[in-house]
Parts: sequence; structure tokens; C-alpha cells
Amino acid sequence: MKKNDFKKQLLIDFVSIAAGYVLMRVLFAAGIINTYWQGIVLNICINVILTVSLNMTSGFLGELALGHAGFMAAGAYASAFFSKTLKLLPVIEFPAALLIGGLTAMLLGFIVSLPALRLRGDYLAIITLAFGEIVRNLLKNMDIVGGTKGYSGIPAYTTFTWAYLMAVICVLATRSLINSRQGRSIISVREDEIAAEASGVNTNTYKFLAFVFSAFFAGVAGALYAHYMRFLQPGVFTLDKSIEILVMVVLGGMGSIRGSVISSVILTVLPELLRSMSDYRMLAYSVVLIMMMLSKHSETVQAALEKVKGMFGRGRKEEVHS
Amino acid sequence: MTNVLEVRDLGINFGGLRAVDGLNLDIEENQLYGLIGPNGAGKTTVFNMLTGVYEPTDGTIKLNGQLLNGKKAHEIARLGISRTFQNIRLFKDMTVLENVLISLDTQADYGLFTGILKLPKFHAQEKAMEEEAMSLLSVFHLEGDAHKLAKNLPYGKQRELEIVRALGTHPKLLLLDEPAAGMNPQETQELMDTIETVRKQFNIAVLLIEHDMKLVMGICEKITVLNYGTMLACGTPDEIKSNPDVIKAYLGE
Repeated sequence: MKKNDFKKQLLIDFVSIAAGYVLMRVLFAAGIINTYWQGIVLNICINVILTVSLNMTSGFLGELALGHAGFMAAGAYASAFFSKTLKLLPVIEFPAALLIGGLTAMLLGFIVSLPALRLRGDYLAIITLAFGEIVRNLLKNMDIVGGTKGYSGIPAYTTFTWAYLMAVICVLATRSLINSRQGRSIISVREDEIAAEASGVNTNTYKFLAFVFSAFFAGVAGALYAHYMRFLQPGVFTLDKSIEILVMVVLGGMGSIRGSVISSVILTVLPELLRSMSDYRMLAYSVVLIMMMLSKHSETVQAALEKVKGMFGRGRKEEVHS
Repeated sequence: MTNVLEVRDLGINFGGLRAVDGLNLDIEENQLYGLIGPNGAGKTTVFNMLTGVYEPTDGTIKLNGQLLNGKKAHEIARLGISRTFQNIRLFKDMTVLENVLISLDTQADYGLFTGILKLPKFHAQEKAMEEEAMSLLSVFHLEGDAHKLAKNLPYGKQRELEIVRALGTHPKLLLLDEPAAGMNPQETQELMDTIETVRKQFNIAVLLIEHDMKLVMGICEKITVLNYGTMLACGTPDEIKSNPDVIKAYLGE
């Protein structure tokens, strides 16, 4: 990236992030987005973090990881335990809780990455799946955080501002990492591990980096979730949750950050729009999902997407990696 | 002349199969060395041992006097042995430029946070890497394709890009595994010229596996012939051409 392009990009980013925030605030204040939908907007922010961070391992590193809900759970419970136990000023306590959530998940990410460095493909998928289940079952049996009854009385710290801020940080950090030499090396592992090693890339280091980075943000998302719901239950963080996030990654496109953001918005709003169908909601959701996956590769849709991209004047290089 | 590479009694077992046995290789600085032999003779296995993909069962590999046994592939790449592959292994969904930047990574040292926060050091090093990548690409006249995806290059250019990428780690020894495979006579001739240029310009030794005898005999200064994993002959192209054992291995009695 040329330095001038970089400054221009920085300005565009800043303006669009600020504009997005102000727009949402105005819509909230004017009552166009009611309290119920404000909650959904918050969920969107959390899902954006989860999807973009999973994209780091599944999209950029190219490893199928099925334990993302486990990292989220670890972050949620650790941060909730922290803010329930300590009675600090919310201004200090919440950022600290977010950090604690992220770091706890990161630690687990480190542990999972140890076997993950030796395994590939299906085997890694099984390991991560098992990890998610281990975390959930451990939490189920930990009375200190409520066990199966659930963990309640968590302070309601998560606001739209916090969730938006964290989502922005996650997206920017991920994009920035991908556009650095470390990010290039992560992608080279996906492209051809043997060639990467032969080119001097320590593939283990970069696999480890991708796992830990991904886990950190999943933990932050968990922390936001905990202080928004104010009640945690191990039953939330099942394999279904991991799959749900993976579906968002796949729909948005493996290795596409923009795609991840868009698909997490669509797939968070969609079930709400289908609420009127009551019993048939999940059935309709699946049908719509299949239709979206099929149409994603149709020529008409592709042409329309190209047009939209053209309007923003994005170059070829950007389409590949961001 | 000092030896860049010294291989002594190199051998490897795959289960009960002795794939390579008692191989000695001495490659001098800036030498163009050929490794030939019938199919299945163990040539690529030798490459894989030299680059750390396989761990040799016995024997030693020394690069400029430094023992390479037990080192990982990426460490060996950084120490100065670089390679291409028999079946092209490019980073297909990355651009041509990025393919070269990956191996030039060995020349950069900015940290993770410098990269994420895009500090001045990031810009300085990325700019230097990009300039070097472009000048490497221009050796093979690939600079015009820099922003194409590697998979969209024609076959011949993909082979050349692999060589450019291999040069990115600043090797002392370059291993080329059948660089002329699938090329027509004219492309092969161009490739021979390029290998010569590269060797002179970058002052590196080249070890070449090749089936195209015209290419091997034409440019190699010294040749080792492998057959069934053992060294059959070693010498200059003329000595090899007249060696009765080599003729027997290739043509039968």
C-alpha cells in the first residue's frame, strides 16, 4: 500500500465509522429504531466481532474451526465473574472486563493451538469441536458461576457505543493485520504450507498467531454478550452457536472481511424478520439461507456486487483480502 | 574455491526402503550443478532432505560449514537454501507481487503491533520490500504481471515466478526441481539463459534436477548421476556422457 493511499483510506475509514455511529444514534433518538431493534443492533455488533474473528482462522489461515462458541463462552464467563466480584467504577471496570474476557479466551486459544499445530483439516475440526464441548461442560459443572442454573446478576454495562467501538476495533485490527507481513504469512499457510515453509515462513508461529488473535476477539464478543444479556447459561454456547458463526463466515466468503460484516448483519436480522412465521421460523430461515448461498454465485448477483464495488472505486487488490 | 554445500554419506529410509544411500555432493560457490537419474532414482528425495522436508536417516549436510541436520524447513530457507518444486507450488490466490513478498519477509523485521498500527517502520520496510520484489520480477520480465493473481499466469510464467520467489530469501544455493518440465524447446532455451543470468547476477550456486539432457549437458559444470538412490557417477558433462555405467542405466544393455 502506498503511503498516500494509506492516508486516504484512513480518512475514508474515519468518516464512515463516525457517520455510521452518528446515524445509528440519530435513528435511536428519533425512535425510528425502537428499543427492541436497538437490542438487535447490539447483537449485530457482537456477531460482527465473532464472524470477523472466526474468519481469521477459517478464512485466512484456512483451518476449519468448530469451537468458536467455546472461546466466546470463556470470555463471557471470565468477564462476568470479574465484574461481579470486583466493585469498581463502571468506566474502569467494563474495559477491564472486556480485556479479561479477551485474554482468557486468548489463553485457551493458546492451549488449543498446541494440538492444532500438528493437525490439519478434518482432525483439527474434531479437536476444536471437542474443545467447545469441554468448555461448555466445565462451565456446567462449575458452581462458582452458577453451573446449569446459569449465572445471573451481571451488571448491564454493554451499550451500543461499546459494542460499536469493539466491532470497529475488531474489523480494523483484522484488516490491518491481514495487510501486514504477518497477515501475508498467515494467508501463505492457507495457500500452500510446504511452499510457505520453503520460503522461510515459520508456519507454526503464524498458525498460533491466527488462533490466538481469533480467540481474543471471540472472548471480547463474549464479554459484550455477558454484560448485555446479564445472564449466562452454558446451554447458549453449544456447537450450534459455533456453526451459526461459521455459516456467517461462509456466506460472507472465506477470507472476506467486508463479506463477514455484511453476512452477520443479514443473518442476525433475518430470524427477526421471520418471527411472524412462528413455528416455521427456523424452517424458513434454512430455506432463505440455501437460496442465498445458491444465488451468491449466480451471474446476476455477481454483476450487481461488482457494480456496487465499482461505485466505491475499490481496486482489485482490496477485493482479495479485505 | 570453497564449497557452499557439503553432503557426506547422506541416506534415508522410508520404512524398509532405502531411498537414498551414501550420497556425497560438493557444490562450489557460484557453480551450476546437475543432478540427474532415471525416474524414481531419488533426486527429489535428495532435494527434500536438503531443504528440511525430510530428516535424513544418516549422513551430514553442511551449508558453508554449518550443519543443517535437524533444522526445520523454514530455518534452512532463511540460512540460504531455496527451492522450486517439481509440481508448481505457488500461492495461487495471492498476487504475483505478494508471492515474492512472502519470501522477502526474511528481509523484514517489523513486529506485530507495528504492522497492525501501521507505524512508520511498517511503511518504510514495506516500501523497500516492494521495490526489491519489483526489481526481482523485472529480471524475468514479470513486473507487468505484478498485480495479477498467480493462478492466472500462463504455465511458463508460473515456473519463472517460482524461481523469483525462491530468490526472495537471498539464497546462497538455489535448488531447481525440473524447471524445464512441460516447456517447449524455445522456452527451455530462454530458461537456460535466465538461469545463467540469475547465477551471475546474484552470485549463487544452482543445483538442478532435469530430464532434458540438452539443458543439463549444455549448462551444468558438474553432474552427479543417481540410480536406485545410489551415486552412479560424478563428473563433468563430457565424462558423464561417455561413462558406460550411465549409458547402461539410461539405455539398458
